[in-house]
Amino acid sequence: MRARRLLSGGWLSVYAFLYIVFLYLPVIFLPIFSINTAPTPKFPLTGFTLQWYADLPHTPALLDAAWNSLKVGVCASVLATVLGILAARSITRYRYPGRRTINGLIMAPLVLPEVIVAISMLLVMLQLGLSLSLFTVVLGHVLVCIPYSMTVLTSGFEGFDRSLEEASADLGETAFGTFRRVTLPMVAPAIISSLLVCFTISLDEFIIAFFLTGTEATLPIYIWGQLRFASKLPGVLALGTLLLVASFLLMTIAEILRRRAARGTQNEGGLYA
Amino acid sequence: MPEQPRTERPQSDPAQSDRAMIEIRNVTRSYGAFKALDDASLTIREGEFFSLLGPSGCGKTTLLRMIAGFDNPTSGSIAVGGQPMEGIPANRRPTNMVFQSYAIFPHLNVEQNVAYGLKRLKLQGGEEKRRVEEALAQVSLIGLGKRLATELSGGQRQRVALARALVMRPKVLLLDEPLSALDKKLREQMQVELRRLQQAVGITFVLVTHDQYEALAMSDRIAVMFGGRIAQVASPKEIYQRPVNRQVADFLGGMNFVKAEIVEENGASLTVDTLGFGRVKTDKPKAFVRNGGAATLGIRPERLRVLWDNATAKFEVAGTVVERHYFGEITHLIVEIPGLEKPLSVTETNDFGADDIPVGTSIRLAYDPEALVAMGD
Repeated sequence: MRARRLLSGGWLSVYAFLYIVFLYLPVIFLPIFSINTAPTPKFPLTGFTLQWYADLPHTPALLDAAWNSLKVGVCASVLATVLGILAARSITRYRYPGRRTINGLIMAPLVLPEVIVAISMLLVMLQLGLSLSLFTVVLGHVLVCIPYSMTVLTSGFEGFDRSLEEASADLGETAFGTFRRVTLPMVAPAIISSLLVCFTISLDEFIIAFFLTGTEATLPIYIWGQLRFASKLPGVLALGTLLLVASFLLMTIAEILRRRAARGTQNEGGLYA
Repeated sequence: MPEQPRTERPQSDPAQSDRAMIEIRNVTRSYGAFKALDDASLTIREGEFFSLLGPSGCGKTTLLRMIAGFDNPTSGSIAVGGQPMEGIPANRRPTNMVFQSYAIFPHLNVEQNVAYGLKRLKLQGGEEKRRVEEALAQVSLIGLGKRLATELSGGQRQRVALARALVMRPKVLLLDEPLSALDKKLREQMQVELRRLQQAVGITFVLVTHDQYEALAMSDRIAVMFGGRIAQVASPKEIYQRPVNRQVADFLGGMNFVKAEIVEENGASLTVDTLGFGRVKTDKPKAFVRNGGAATLGIRPERLRVLWDNATAKFEVAGTVVERHYFGEITHLIVEIPGLEKPLSVTETNDFGADDIPVGTSIRLAYDPEALVAMGD
């Protein structure tokens, strides 16, 4: 009996271990080879260097791409979050026919094949007579970011006790004052979380940017372009590692804030009685 | 410790003056075809502890929310302190509310919660701090000012909600089922405290509750509501002893109903014939509407007393015990009376051994004819 339990416990741990390895091994290679002296990513490692990182700031094309990514990321995350706030507020606060359908439609881009979304958007942009630029990339990114923004904001707004706003009005506060003193402080963590998530997604997004940008490259497109030159690979690995770390940090902060917001809005009267 | 608020204690009980504080005139609130409130009229006096009592969906909360300004009448008018409330939003009304969920701001501590409404008044020279401390003292929360809402028990949250409303010195304090989230013992303790607080501050309290004991224990007057209509407005004693109809009687606790035949109706009295209780002369209810020759009499289970051994009473009725239910300090007996279609429910204290009466025993019950009240159906 005990042996069997041990055995099954043992197999489960092995499975869990392999699972983690499968998920993260490829990701681990990136930072490892980015500090290797040899320009080709091969074992055995030849030595430690930060040369590839030091070279990054001396690559004007890379800096342009980073600047472009920053502009697109900020615009897309702000726009997607503003639209997400309106939608999440309506979904969580009001009950109306078609609410679930609307919610489903907003979340749909999450599961649509991105290539298809990108091609469709390209067609629409061209039909509208928009010339491809970073602006069209922003529009595309807003579309893919909204579902994420919605998810984060809905969990922050859910359970927001409406009587809190009524209590504020009851105590003499105006509608704007109530928003400033009660609503905003309580949902601010969710909003910041949404901004960070959207920014991260926009920063890493390739397909839509690839289809919708004109001559200006974002970071993923720049990386894609560099892959054609074997000698540029170590630089790409270094840049990739930085993006990885940045994404990881941003998402962690976003998740901490989202949880704080979700906890903050719970206001059950007698739960602690 | 801050000085306790000096509010004159009322000389007599009920404490209020006869001046109207809230006047509700023919108020109806419709949602499409559904009327949440149907032509309700009511006057609540200054300094009164008034309860709106009824089952869920009877319109009591709708009425409270309309007084607070969170909802508006479809027709009719509401005035507070002689001032019509039409078009005045919640944030400019002289009322404050204690919410059912308490609605404590979770991102603020106790002090900041209580001071929330005062911030707008921009009080000078430490006045704000003084008033916050005074309010915290009133609800026995001294020393907890820095706690966060999440660190408070249900009873403490409720006190914060009370202090936050009282600190505004409203003309009327509205309470929406404030005790429903508390456990039984705390609830009973808070009933006493709330009543004491109301008498100390002298503010008009309007309480919404579905708990009849709560309403009876705390109120100067009660309005009993059913289906959007006000069925009866009276003192707790009057409501309990002289309910206007079977619905009110039933809602306020156990009541035995006895069919009666009207023999004579004159002025303030009514003479009826019953099976079981014989001929009874009783007060005629103010709103009594004669419906043919039939009427209904009611008697509360505790107004029937078991007669032991050879004891006799001027008015008695004989029957057989068919059921016995033990409730600790009291016993419920179900007694079948020849001629009555439903057996009588009798509540007897256990100090004489009512809990030992075997089922099947023949017993006699004493009653006071005053306790038999006539009512509409």
